[in-house]
Amino acid sequence: MLTYLSKRLLLALVTLVLVSFIVFLASDVLPGDVGRTILGNFATQAQVHALDVKLGLDHPLLDRYWIWVSHFVRGNWGTSYTLQVPVFGLVMRHFLNSLILGAFALVLIVPISITFGVLAATHHDRPLDRVISVTGMSMLALPEFVTGIVVLVVFSIVVHWFPVSSSVPVFSLPSIVRNLFLPALPEMVLIFGYVSRMARAGTVEALNAGYTRTAVLKGLPRHRVMMRHVLRNSLLPTITVVAVQAGYLVGSLIVVETIFNYPGIGNLIYTAATNHDQPVLQAAVFLVALVYTLSNLAADLLYAVFNPRVRLAS
Amino acid sequence: MSALELSSRSRLDSRRARARATFGQLLRSASFDVGAVIVVFWIVDAIFWHALVPQDPQALNPLAALQGPTAAHWFGTDWLGRDVFSRTLAGSTSVLEIAPLATLLGIAGGTVVGLVTGYYGGAVDALVMRLVDAFLAFPLVIIAVLVLSLLGTSEITVIVLIGVIFTPVVSRTVRSVVLVERDKEYVASARLRGEGDWYIMTAEILPNVTTPIIVESTVRLGYAIFTAATLSFLSLGIQQPSPDWGLTISLGRQYLQIAPWIVLFPAVALATLVVAVNLVADSIQQVMAQ
Repeated sequence: MLTYLSKRLLLALVTLVLVSFIVFLASDVLPGDVGRTILGNFATQAQVHALDVKLGLDHPLLDRYWIWVSHFVRGNWGTSYTLQVPVFGLVMRHFLNSLILGAFALVLIVPISITFGVLAATHHDRPLDRVISVTGMSMLALPEFVTGIVVLVVFSIVVHWFPVSSSVPVFSLPSIVRNLFLPALPEMVLIFGYVSRMARAGTVEALNAGYTRTAVLKGLPRHRVMMRHVLRNSLLPTITVVAVQAGYLVGSLIVVETIFNYPGIGNLIYTAATNHDQPVLQAAVFLVALVYTLSNLAADLLYAVFNPRVRLAS
Repeated sequence: MSALELSSRSRLDSRRARARATFGQLLRSASFDVGAVIVVFWIVDAIFWHALVPQDPQALNPLAALQGPTAAHWFGTDWLGRDVFSRTLAGSTSVLEIAPLATLLGIAGGTVVGLVTGYYGGAVDALVMRLVDAFLAFPLVIIAVLVLSLLGTSEITVIVLIGVIFTPVVSRTVRSVVLVERDKEYVASARLRGEGDWYIMTAEILPNVTTPIIVESTVRLGYAIFTAATLSFLSLGIQQPSPDWGLTISLGRQYLQIAPWIVLFPAVALATLVVAVNLVADSIQQVMAQ
């Protein structure tokens, strides 16, 4: 376990260093003339140069990378070009909002998705399985803005149950449901697609396994076979997917938060990208990649904890 | 006829027979049939929409703006009085241009990278795969938003970008099957014959890994449509006055409360296309897996 753990941690670390370098390169090299972009066409060359010096853009590339990383680690993420506020607080506030939205969606939909996935598996290749599988697959295929728009038309325009634009809820149940339910719906559609598919695949495999046949032939009652032999094994890959989903969700939030005007990290990245707000963009995108890599790591470790075959193989 | 020719011909025949059997199996799958009919419908529409639309999709008529569905305008009119039905039919072209080209690019790039890293292995493989890992840590849409907002957008940029983003994903799939193939006897015998590495990769291994590549292409096509439409929606893809579905939904959003038909019909059209492509991809995957 210890060798597996250290190997996996090292791998994640290498990935993170590469990720940080990609983010830095993308946001540092691609924009071209940052000083000119900020000051506009009417600034003199001297003014542009002065701003470049002030922003530290006159240093060599690797120096700038090192400065950025060392500052980033200490929580010194610079100042937003357009909003003139510290990036750290800005990004963290938006990130927290997205976390609230994501958690809300996950808590509501994961148990339902697992139930349907297992149900499809126990009805393998029968009509119920077909219906659940095709529905799940379609839900996975739909772009978030399509589901978002349909949800918006139905729930806030046809029947006026929810507001068109969402804000961060105060801590009370009606406020949470009112503000989060609509933007969470497209996310839930997506999660249902993934999780139910994984739960189904895992359960089908476990149902066909030798140990399940043994348990049935031993004369164990059906519910006991399901709980102790099938589900215990089949929900393993599902746990991994849910953990990985946590990172993946952040990507889909860009669209959902734009549609519902929800002040989360996706909305922030989109605004920062269109406004060329480089420090915000760098920090927010790196944070997203960080979350993704760490949730992947967490998924792998969880998998190893639950599955001795993985743990002991290395 | 020599024995060698005979055996190569019978091998070809058996391959053809297998392909025919696979196709027959596909046709018997209901989800494949439904998906294929819808996909073919949209492809025909994308090519021949000029002949199908009742009105010019760009014809302005400000006096008839924001009208609900009527006999004259089946899907209503948009904020400039353009016919939503005609625009919905014309709107499939852009996405069906971008997505297949981007998929082709990603499959080509990923196949090359996957073949080379899988075949040679070693340090290059380890390095490239770490890079792929790092690359995959970014949600696809975020990379696209980052790059397009910085570089500016055009149809070509979107195609190349999606193709480049797909390359690492495809390369990982191809690499994993090449890893299995490269230790097989036919590769060893080709080496003994003194064939070059490039010949072994393209003429020996590649024909044996086409099945996973075909499956990957169909799955990627679905994602490409998804991504291209999402980028249009974020106004980072196709630009006005194109009747592109994603763009129309993005622009029509502000009229959602008074004229929901402007966005609803392109949304439904897009939904049918993506779901249909995924139905086809899923059926192909299932049949090929057997």
